Amino acid sequence: MIEFTPRKIQSSFWAILSPIISIAITIFIGSLIFKMLSYPVMESLYQVFVSPFSRPDRIADIFVKACPLIIIGLGLIFCFKANIWNIGAEGQFIFGTLCAGSFALLFPETKTYTLLFSMFIIGFIGGAIWSSIPAILKVRLNVNEILVSLMLVYVAMLFIDFIVRGPLRDPMSFGFPLSKVYPDGAIISKVDFPFIGFLGQFHYGIFIILILCPLIGFFINKTLPGFQIKILGSSIRASEFAGFNKNKITFYVLLVSGGLSGVAGVIEVSANMGRLQPEVSFGYGFTAIIVAFLGRLNPYGVVIAGIIIATAKLGADNAQMVLGIPKVVTGIFEGMLLFFLLAGETIQKYKISIRKEN
Amino acid sequence: MYKNFLKIITFLSILVSPFLFTSAYAKTKVGFVYLTTPGDHGWTYAHELGKQMVKKEFGNNVEISIVENVPEGPDATRVIRELAKQGNQIIFTTSFGYMEPTLKVAKEFPNVKFEHMTGYKRTKNVATGNIRFYEGRYVQGVVAGLMTKTNKIGYIGAYPISEVIMGINAFAQGLRSVNKKATISVIWANTWYDPVKEADAAKVHIAEGADILAQHTDSPAMLQIAEKNGALGFGQSTDMSAFAPKAQLFASVNNWGPYYIKKIKQLKDGKWNTGDGPDHWSGNTWGGLSTNMLTLSKFSNMPTDVAKKAQAAHDGIKSGKLKIFAGPLKTNDGKEIIGAGKTLDDGALWGMNYYLEGVTGKVPK
Repeated sequence: MIEFTPRKIQSSFWAILSPIISIAITIFIGSLIFKMLSYPVMESLYQVFVSPFSRPDRIADIFVKACPLIIIGLGLIFCFKANIWNIGAEGQFIFGTLCAGSFALLFPETKTYTLLFSMFIIGFIGGAIWSSIPAILKVRLNVNEILVSLMLVYVAMLFIDFIVRGPLRDPMSFGFPLSKVYPDGAIISKVDFPFIGFLGQFHYGIFIILILCPLIGFFINKTLPGFQIKILGSSIRASEFAGFNKNKITFYVLLVSGGLSGVAGVIEVSANMGRLQPEVSFGYGFTAIIVAFLGRLNPYGVVIAGIIIATAKLGADNAQMVLGIPKVVTGIFEGMLLFFLLAGETIQKYKISIRKEN
Repeated sequence: MYKNFLKIITFLSILVSPFLFTSAYAKTKVGFVYLTTPGDHGWTYAHELGKQMVKKEFGNNVEISIVENVPEGPDATRVIRELAKQGNQIIFTTSFGYMEPTLKVAKEFPNVKFEHMTGYKRTKNVATGNIRFYEGRYVQGVVAGLMTKTNKIGYIGAYPISEVIMGINAFAQGLRSVNKKATISVIWANTWYDPVKEADAAKVHIAEGADILAQHTDSPAMLQIAEKNGALGFGQSTDMSAFAPKAQLFASVNNWGPYYIKKIKQLKDGKWNTGDGPDHWSGNTWGGLSTNMLTLSKFSNMPTDVAKKAQAAHDGIKSGKLKIFAGPLKTNDGKEIIGAGKTLDDGALWGMNYYLEGVTGKVPK
């Protein structure tokens, strides 16, 4: 049997070195794969790892891609810290978007940003409503939140599909499932940088991360509710002895996490699509789970993790464009990177020994 | 961790900088954006075959970049823009959902030509192309009418949009031209591609007594179910006989190659234009059997006299002698659409929200 014993002293030297080694191993094995498939090794590595940083607009697009992942990931920190497994961020994202989008379409002539502001609030509430279902079931009936939140993803997908094909379908769309275009007041515009102009799709919504990240960091690390969340996550008995209300914490972490997913949806759709369509999320809610763990449930870590994942995706696109490397090959790269990063972290935190069973 | 990451990136970029900027510029650079990985069947594979024809036609005079698996959201905008930035002179975006992203990027790159399949919005440098898929479905109807023993045809539709509905109606016209007793029942899969759902729909059709199956979805699952149950059916987008050698009667094959080649030639000669077709949904180019944008795979699993009649229908449509939507046309609940001597025009096809005679049920609203 393999045994994981936590290391009493964690070496800071290895904490720094382990991600470097992980990336080095990924690059090494990746090079072998490229070599085996007879792609030019150095140029392939360049396209996958470096090309996303090679132009200002490409860097900007990394943030565009990472934005929804980071915001959802930040919300998931609350749940995962408290050992509450919200797997349904995808559904909360969709439902929040749908609520905010339907609201925006009620006011077709609006040009002021009060509308956008209300959409943020409605998006948050929408996401929170969707996550309140597993929350209530968990608190009242002790129903497993993993299953409920996951299954609600599919409900949300079908629901938005129905709404966009039916009540909200644009009559001018020739029967295609698209809503009308959002009014001007509901659109998040692209950032017009001084002297540079637009950079890729970089939009104002991304700046919300600058506010959310320190705010959540402060909340988790410096406030009593943050402390309660952490204690609940590390030991239910300890939190019971301390007199913390387990149900209340469970309920609120799910609400906040769902709400932030909804906000992520509002930003994503208002900035990039400007209308509702059957598919508004492309697996963001699921990828964000990886982002949250890769970022070690630390708000700043989540930002970095989001950027790493986004970079890998952009690099994969570039590698195919320039060298014709299929996405499946670069997908292996992404998988290896995650595997080695997480394995490195585990080895650094735990001592692994093999004990004979008797 | 972030600092280390930056260090590695800096180190790597110094290491590989000599490899940058090596692309030659003399050739015509052509970009393709695919919705999925091409695989070996269906919509994207048909585009991939078109791309291969381009490669064969122009050889070293074109340089082709493709990006597969591009979701129809912000990623599409980024990928299309990136293709434009990398110097591609003409970019084919091969799914309906790329419409807005294509238009967005086209505005920023007025000198790059964009070809969008199969949208309905055009600008000076965005052309659209589409295929008259319904022509193949008429021939399918003829074959189905002659081959069915139970007089029940099972049809699997993706979504109730005019594109799909005109296909069902064309099928019904073909069916009723040879067999007035047979009827078509439609199951909506609500997906373009989902082998499980398509297989389920096929099973339901067979259980209800259908012996001929037709599909307006993308996977070979329906044909595989037909093969197992001794039913017959038609392939979609590409020849699917490899999946169901005993069940496929023939497939309507989307042949994008000639269109791509034509547009790239126009670009090379400095004569590229968005075409001068009427400005309705179908786009400036809406080619069918007559322009070889739609072809039929080999007729198989049918007696020679049926194959002959199918060939005759094919030839009739190709030469323009056979009008598929010629009056008198009645909806399946008895309303007259047009009288004898008239023919529906293209605009009317894109407004179809009714079934013609021969189809059972109602179009979902």
